[in-house]
Amino acid sequence: MNRYLPLAITALAILAMATLFLVIAPGMQIGAQGPSPGLNPYTEAEARGRDVYVSMGCLYCHSQQPRSIAQAPDAERGWGRASVAGDYAYDNPHQLGTMRTGPDLMDIGDRLPSQGWQLTHLYQPRAISSWSIMPAYPYLFEHKDKADPGDVVVKLPPAYAPKTGVIVAKQDALDLVTYLQGMKRQYAPPADGLRDDGYALIAAEQQKQTDAAKASN
Amino acid sequence: MQITETLGLLLALSFIISLLALTILIWAIANKQVHTPDADDARSIFTPGEGAEIDTPDKPHHFDTERSGIDQVSASPVMWLIAAAVFWLIYGSLHGLAASLELHLPDLMSGAAQMTFGRMRTVHLNSVAYGWASQAGLAAVFWIIPRIFHTKLRMVGMVKLGIVLWNIGVAAGVMAIANGWTDGLEWLEIPWQIDIVLALGAACFVAPLISTTKHREVHHIYVSGWYFLAAVLWFPVLFIIANIPGVHHGVEQATMNWWYAHNVLGLWLTPLGVGTAYYFIPKIIGKPIYSYAVSLVGFWALALFYSQVGIHHLIGGPVPTWLVTLSVVHSVMMFVPVIAVAINQHVTVARNLWALKESMPLRFIWFGALSYTAASFQGSIEALRSVNTITHFTHYTVGHAHLGAYAFVSLVLMGAIYQIVPRATGKYFPFPRLIAWHFWLNVIGFAVYFLSLTIGGVLQGLAQLDATKPFADSVILLKPYLEGRSLGGGLMTLGHVLLAINLIALGFAKKTRETETDNMVAAE
Repeated sequence: MNRYLPLAITALAILAMATLFLVIAPGMQIGAQGPSPGLNPYTEAEARGRDVYVSMGCLYCHSQQPRSIAQAPDAERGWGRASVAGDYAYDNPHQLGTMRTGPDLMDIGDRLPSQGWQLTHLYQPRAISSWSIMPAYPYLFEHKDKADPGDVVVKLPPAYAPKTGVIVAKQDALDLVTYLQGMKRQYAPPADGLRDDGYALIAAEQQKQTDAAKASN
Repeated sequence: MQITETLGLLLALSFIISLLALTILIWAIANKQVHTPDADDARSIFTPGEGAEIDTPDKPHHFDTERSGIDQVSASPVMWLIAAAVFWLIYGSLHGLAASLELHLPDLMSGAAQMTFGRMRTVHLNSVAYGWASQAGLAAVFWIIPRIFHTKLRMVGMVKLGIVLWNIGVAAGVMAIANGWTDGLEWLEIPWQIDIVLALGAACFVAPLISTTKHREVHHIYVSGWYFLAAVLWFPVLFIIANIPGVHHGVEQATMNWWYAHNVLGLWLTPLGVGTAYYFIPKIIGKPIYSYAVSLVGFWALALFYSQVGIHHLIGGPVPTWLVTLSVVHSVMMFVPVIAVAINQHVTVARNLWALKESMPLRFIWFGALSYTAASFQGSIEALRSVNTITHFTHYTVGHAHLGAYAFVSLVLMGAIYQIVPRATGKYFPFPRLIAWHFWLNVIGFAVYFLSLTIGGVLQGLAQLDATKPFADSVILLKPYLEGRSLGGGLMTLGHVLLAINLIALGFAKKTRETETDNMVAAE
């Protein structure tokens, strides 16, 4: 290759093709589906809590995308049904995640709905699970001599409780827990919901072959 | 199930276009319809009489006067870029090491939000991706492009302005992330307001390169030039589309996210690393690239296939099936360009193994080139549904990412730094033995790092697929492997410190040898 312009134009054309296939076409298909029926926009407190979730980087250890039964036992773990594109219609930024150092949180509001549990766990995860490697978030809480009216006091086992006074949740912690409590996907997914059905298709194909083999015996 | 006819057609179309384009290219090469780069073209990086022996600081390849003047012009922006890159390498490595420690010592640094894992890890990624690898890669670009075009770098002031803007952008970006201001997408965390500064910086890099290209005094554009010139166009397009606020949301944003994130590797860092290796391997050895015509297939196949692999990060997720399949197929097709590059680079080194003993920079670059082959093969296999279901949400992926971005890109660029700096400054590195120490610390450290995460990741994935095991099992079994990763990461960081020590000491050292430029003046 000896000329610059053809090189530049072809290189950019190839990127344009990739953008068409990876961003524009799926964007149109997903956009046409709209939000899943039954999905509600975030409340103000949930949206604030979601901002805390994003800013603390929870994404880097927790996914929000349960896999199908054909692929993995996510549903058996109580992480919820396989999600579809419409379940995320109100998410910006999306927090699908690519790592499960911790469990999936798509349905955490169903699995662990208690505010008290969540607050204790955020203040010190090891107060609940000795094996946990999740960070503690003491700066989302305040150490006070005694709780004022309206304060939410965090229940702690003696090993993690302060010697005097109480630990109360700051607004950020309360909002974050409100967001987590709202993470429920109790409605049925739309019949035409978009998701990667590759594993289900493979499983169905294998089933068909097993059945055929049995029938021919 | 959800593959509608139109979309199935789209999927087939993308694959067929790519395959057809590649077939036409190979046919054209075989039938001499296009000018096939030949051995003479491969020699274009040498001047007459040059080569045939090792290019080391005490035995440099002889330079014609014109070329020596070329290096002198690029030297100062290149040294700025190298200094900034190494700063971000150290800064990023320390954050990576801290984040790694936090995963097995969770209460070590929980005093402040700035030090929580989710932020430390993100500061690490942005420091090393945009601060270190991008700038070290640009240093190689600004050094190599004028050399292969036999003309001096144009618009040097603009390049320097770009360096200032870029570093302001990276610094502001990581400060924002540490303090909780983030756009919240992997690889795109730096807030879009700050991204404007980075985009302006990028523009200041692109214009001088195009101008230099226009003034080139060679007929043939050497292969490194294809990779570099394409990459500096690809990156700004990717960066700007991905960061426009208010356009992307929901799952569409997730597909855009991985289109961007994988293309930053495939169409930005990879071309920088591959292009650098394509120049320095033959240049240091003194022999042209083996089977140069193959490089054409390698380049275009990389562009066609690598650009469409990103959605393998969403396998099994809430995205259309056809889209996932498209990326899986293209991931596997990546064998084509990778094998082409492997033939070019590995055979050239294998026929001249003696040179590895003579040249430390070559040793870094050769290790990096081998890692490119390994990382790409691993990536192709990892994208298969059967393998991905185990590795997808595990630390195996982190190991793979570091095989690509670290063992490949970073080691090539470290080799390039060791090769460029003595020529740009006219000074020897004051502690040559530290260079060997750096190499072995990185290689051994990385081996520990990679094996820990690869084995730990597979076990983690298998445990999570086993419905009879509680989730806790996958965390508990991982701990020794996370400790192994910290050990490996510590050794790697130590290696980087040795590079920084050598560079700083060189900065304070007096000129230890005459540069080619001095020779030139003396000859006149």
